[in-house]
Amino acid sequence: MPKRTDIRKILLIGSGPIIIGQACEFDYSGTQACKALKEEGYTVVLVNSNPATIMTDTDFADRTYIEPITPEMVTKIIDRERPDALLPTIGGQTGLNIAVSLHEMGVLKEYGVELIGANFDAIQKAEDRDLFRKAMEKLGLVVPRSGYIRSLEEALEVIPQIGYPAIIRPSFTLGGTGAGIAYNKEEYEDAVRWALDASPKRTVLIEQSVIGWKEFELEVMRDLKDNVVIICSIENLDPMGVHTGDSITVAPAQTLTDKEYQLMRNAAIAIIREIGVDTGGSNIQFAVHPDTGEMVIIEMNPRVSRSSALASKATGFPIAKIAAKLAVGYTLDEIPNDITRETPASFEPTIDYVVTKIPRFTFEKFPQTEDVLGTQMKSVGEVMAIGRTFKESLQKALRSLEIDVYGFDPVLPPVSSDIRKNAIAENLRRPNSQRLLYIGEAIREGFRIEEINGMTGIDIWFLENIRQIIAEEESLKNWGDRFRALAGGGEIAREETAPLLRAKSMGFSDRRLAGLFGTTEDSVREFRLRAGIRPGFKRVDTCGAEFEAYTPYLYSSYDEENEAMPSSRKKVVILGGGPNRIGQGIEFDYCCVHGAFALQEEGFETIMVNCNPETVSTDYDTSDRLYFEPLTKEDVLAIIEEEKPEGVIVQFGGQTPLKLAIPLQKEGVPIIGTSPDSIDRAEDRERFKDLLDLLKLRQPPNGIARSAEEAETIASRIGYPVLLRPSYVLGGRAMEIVHDEEGLRKYLAQAVQASEEKPVLIDKFLEDAIEIDVDAIADGETVVIGGVMEHIEEAGVHSGDSACSLPPHSISLEITQEIIRQAKVLATELKVVGLMNMQFAVQKGEIFLLEVNPRASRTVPFVSKAIGIPLAKLAAKVMVGRKLTDLGFTEYIVPEHISVKEAVFPFIKFPDVDTLLGPEMKSTGEVMGIDVKFGRAFAKAQIAAGMMLPKEGKVFVSVRDADKSGVLGPARMLNECGFRIAATGGTADFLTRHNIPAEPILKINEGRPHVADLIKNGEIDLVINTPLGAQSKADSYYIRRTALIYNIPYVTTLAAAKAVAHAILHLTEEDLSVRSLQEYHGARERQARDRAQDGGTGR
Amino acid sequence: MYERKAFLALADGTVYHGTAFGHIGESGGEVVFNTGMTGYQEVLTDPSYKGQMVTMTCPEIGNTGINPDDVESSRPWVEGFIVREAWRLPSNWRHVESLDGYLRRYHICGISGIDTRALTRRLRDGGSQAGIISSVDFEEKRLVEKAKGLPPIVGRDLVREVTSNRETRWESGDWDLVKGYLPAAEYRSRFGRVPKVIAVDYGIKQNILRMLVSHGMEVTLVPSETSASAILARRPDGVFLSNGPGDPEGVPYAIDNVRELLGKVPIFGICLGHQIMGLALGGKTFKLLFGHHGLNQPVKDLATGRVEITSQNHNFSVDAPSLGDLARITHVNLNDRTVEGLSVPSLRCFSVQYHPEASPGPHDSRYLFSRFYRVLIGEEEL
Repeated sequence: MPKRTDIRKILLIGSGPIIIGQACEFDYSGTQACKALKEEGYTVVLVNSNPATIMTDTDFADRTYIEPITPEMVTKIIDRERPDALLPTIGGQTGLNIAVSLHEMGVLKEYGVELIGANFDAIQKAEDRDLFRKAMEKLGLVVPRSGYIRSLEEALEVIPQIGYPAIIRPSFTLGGTGAGIAYNKEEYEDAVRWALDASPKRTVLIEQSVIGWKEFELEVMRDLKDNVVIICSIENLDPMGVHTGDSITVAPAQTLTDKEYQLMRNAAIAIIREIGVDTGGSNIQFAVHPDTGEMVIIEMNPRVSRSSALASKATGFPIAKIAAKLAVGYTLDEIPNDITRETPASFEPTIDYVVTKIPRFTFEKFPQTEDVLGTQMKSVGEVMAIGRTFKESLQKALRSLEIDVYGFDPVLPPVSSDIRKNAIAENLRRPNSQRLLYIGEAIREGFRIEEINGMTGIDIWFLENIRQIIAEEESLKNWGDRFRALAGGGEIAREETAPLLRAKSMGFSDRRLAGLFGTTEDSVREFRLRAGIRPGFKRVDTCGAEFEAYTPYLYSSYDEENEAMPSSRKKVVILGGGPNRIGQGIEFDYCCVHGAFALQEEGFETIMVNCNPETVSTDYDTSDRLYFEPLTKEDVLAIIEEEKPEGVIVQFGGQTPLKLAIPLQKEGVPIIGTSPDSIDRAEDRERFKDLLDLLKLRQPPNGIARSAEEAETIASRIGYPVLLRPSYVLGGRAMEIVHDEEGLRKYLAQAVQASEEKPVLIDKFLEDAIEIDVDAIADGETVVIGGVMEHIEEAGVHSGDSACSLPPHSISLEITQEIIRQAKVLATELKVVGLMNMQFAVQKGEIFLLEVNPRASRTVPFVSKAIGIPLAKLAAKVMVGRKLTDLGFTEYIVPEHISVKEAVFPFIKFPDVDTLLGPEMKSTGEVMGIDVKFGRAFAKAQIAAGMMLPKEGKVFVSVRDADKSGVLGPARMLNECGFRIAATGGTADFLTRHNIPAEPILKINEGRPHVADLIKNGEIDLVINTPLGAQSKADSYYIRRTALIYNIPYVTTLAAAKAVAHAILHLTEEDLSVRSLQEYHGARERQARDRAQDGGTGR
Repeated sequence: MYERKAFLALADGTVYHGTAFGHIGESGGEVVFNTGMTGYQEVLTDPSYKGQMVTMTCPEIGNTGINPDDVESSRPWVEGFIVREAWRLPSNWRHVESLDGYLRRYHICGISGIDTRALTRRLRDGGSQAGIISSVDFEEKRLVEKAKGLPPIVGRDLVREVTSNRETRWESGDWDLVKGYLPAAEYRSRFGRVPKVIAVDYGIKQNILRMLVSHGMEVTLVPSETSASAILARRPDGVFLSNGPGDPEGVPYAIDNVRELLGKVPIFGICLGHQIMGLALGGKTFKLLFGHHGLNQPVKDLATGRVEITSQNHNFSVDAPSLGDLARITHVNLNDRTVEGLSVPSLRCFSVQYHPEASPGPHDSRYLFSRFYRVLIGEEEL
């Protein structure tokens, strides 16, 4: 069927900020959908609150709304835009939930908007567990025994039929929020309460536990003619019990016979038909009993998902793009397969390699929570690796993770065997982020694979592979002497090097081999090259080489044939950012993608290297050539040797490629843009200090400590409080503010040990300072400021966690100008070519420089969206020699509108974690609010971040003494808006004395009902709670945690309280309105034109 | 672990060095690649692979071992098995034996550890060609000469080597996870009428028989050379022409027999049976460059416009123009537009090039067995 002509305008809903369970895979799918629909001539209207997405670049949709994704705001967009159709299946659970709400509110009917892809009934049938269960029963398929409950009483009624252990799963959530396992009544009741709370509809499914069963997923696509194909089968290495997002997964499925696989395929096809997903992709999860083959259906997602992004990257079949085309009426056989060109999309990809995905965790950021995996997703990112065998792909995936692991590195210290065995057994039985490495240790310690299988439930096939790797390590160790003898020099006979070739084809990294041989990575590398052992590159082609592949999507292996066939064009390699983690997320991928687009415009062949399957950068469409490879020195060098590029860009992908800059340069790799030496001048604290002295710029008093004694001396010299951190970090890893010597000692004893190689940086912490972020671009001659952002939270809160406003909303023009001057001086001195980010603190009118990063920063996408200038694109162009004057970007732009960025946090996923902000970054994502007034822009950012700002009700205020006078302003403002104020004893007295009526309520330890009771009962609508001293932090912790769990808006800093009060005032005065980015920037461009005509000079 | 080396030599002079598994020795055949990611046991036991050595594009093979159920005949038929990684320690609740042990038992040579993707690309670009696997002779030139000396597949009668030598009644139906293969009696009660079908065994896959039974038919299997008159003497309601190895032009007797049967009784053919039907109707066949061997081939049913994902295993194809008005083309392959199905309503016969019985592969096309049943009981006209 040809495409539909009865619809012209299509609304797409993005997935909003990056959170655990919903990450940049939805930018990948959304971007593909936008491109596909525009290509077909439809007008695309997009709403997404996340500025760090490629999809929200104004090129991808005709109308781009960076607005909160709430039913109310989307209704306003629908009212303005009058789309014919809404495609709800590309924006994750958020997109789907909004579509459901809009349907239920009658908005879609009122405006005549058709749901395409999946209709309301299909969404309901798939999402509502009771309806889903009935549908499965109708098909004769088995689902785990279950009951659907709306209260604790009902929960107790159903449990006898289901039995323990039971899974408690709330409906309409994502990332497994609130799902839990209960082995007894007590745990069950707790879990039910939590789940009821976590479900937006207060409906919870209680299910028979199938923990330990094998877990599989199928990615299914269907078209309007009812053609159904399976794109990919995925097998989870971790059996049921660990959320699939937290599981190591492998494609294709490895341990099913054809008969068993076909039963699963038949079930999947029957399910997509029965649920009634008209077109597009769905993900269906199965559990299989390891001893009987009994199969149960776990769930179905009637939309593109994290797994479909993985499946797309694993097979080369672009699920979201095809899904978008199917939604407008095409059938699978009408859409060509991009990779083979000649064959249609109506087929099932076959893959002649093994794909392994390993999730990336950041438990180190949340030391209060246990490293335990369960049905609630906790990983913040993932890596994927491709190898010709599972062993190769697994070892490549391990080194892609960037956790300082280059294979099955030992994790246990050389202690007694008994201690090791106990530690191993414990870590095998309880799923955790390190379990894979513990399996290696178990094998070294002599555990049989049957025992490991008994403790982990992991299939023997996977365990045997790991056993072979460990066995190979042992024989390699023995070969170490021979290696050292051969490495000594002279001719190397081919037969002599067979063990090395064998190891390489099993996926061993040079670095791991160096560890086994007792030598250095460089000497392994040097020997390997001398022996002529280099990887070749193979193509991902969807068809197992049956047809020729036209898309250079490549991975390395040590098989014989090399299919890389590099071109002779002038080319640039862009190194990506690797797995998403806290501190290095989608923003860096955004910059890499822009780099690729920009250099294509400049006539270069662009070559992307990355290992993150969620991203737009790893779409084979983004660059001319894609290498899906780990970002280690070894793997990157292999690509560079193959491609021989004119330049390599390291400044876009965050710390990952930046760390490689100097090692690569030493190997003669042409790094373009700001020189690695300049990067080092900014990163190395001592050289940085010299730089500032030279430029006569101030920084907070500081020092570098290489021992605990030195640290104490420095701290007492510069005076407490001090900010401590290890050198060379991103995202404020292990950064802490300490107020006294005791705190300092504790930090050095527990968190970071100061040493000669790894010194600790100590800075004077500037109290009550305002932090300013500046992004600039320079071409070696001209420096242009991209944006100046004022943080809402005071200095001390990590810049990635702080809200900020562009342009600044409170600092004076003089200060801004001085900051800009300093930024320009720095960029000039560092000879920056490309992007640079600087952080300043303003304390009592004085400016201190905190940090300079001559690279793309987290705020580049936000600034680009705020000012309507693609900074990363310009940066890529200047790196290849273009000048800013030619590119037409020569002046700092101060937009008429206000843009506010707000961070989004994963606290809800981590039990027992406090929600306080500090110098260590904890946010996973960000949102942007745009409006002409600060209060409204801030309100939009808050709403977009999930903070449902109330317009009326009761505010709970409890602040430390130092903040008492400061809180008067916001409290009065809220009181005047009609809010009632409740406060604990001291604060209540203080407020009342200052004529703000406040009703006293009890602290947690003062009896009941106390403040947490009121929060739970829904009597509090906003919590303002600033941390008290270290001791009473624990008391207020309970308040913050309760507010978090009950989804009550809360603020933990005075600055945020002021901004929130301001925002609420605006909300009560006037309804929020929506406006597209094209309109904001169109207006600016028009004004610029007008001014030019008036003979004005602009700003 | 002790590893023994093995070589794979192709007639074009390419030699791959790998590791031996299965039988230690030497064997030769036409090398073809199969792109299926599941079902190696069914591939091994498919008589259509007689005369061929198969390389699987999927790299990890043998993971689920060998079990008693997933067989398509009484023994493996491939001349050799070529994989990237041959798994010696299987993991699946149904397995009873390892791939390695099974191939050793049947004296089939295997080679692993070679770049199977490079081999596949070579076969794709240069076409299928003869090859020798050896774990006893490592003289490269001699091996290449041996490969060159292998008899070609074109024009050869391989059917004779795989067909059964006596008539048998087939008594089992579809596979069930818990019960295994269901007995034919289970189905008889479900169907009002149970037409009698004679299945001509050119090297039939057992799942075809199971499908015929589970779709309501009583099935008697007869040897490939059974004459038309002998078949008709049994007064069948329909005749089924099976799959089988090699070139349809290598079995002129089968073509003659089918020509005689046409119009006298409804006929359904699969794969080689389809090619024989095409030739019997007066059409021509030709050899494909590297054939279709896999589980993901898109086939369009021209009557409904629906696309089926099909299981395929053939090297020859019915030439579309040669059919002219002799038959209606019912199905085409969307990858290369070759003929995938034909029918002649006036003669009540139809056939498909692909494998609706799957095993291995998708079950999308099982409706063809129902269609045959309905044709036999007079409920459907083609």
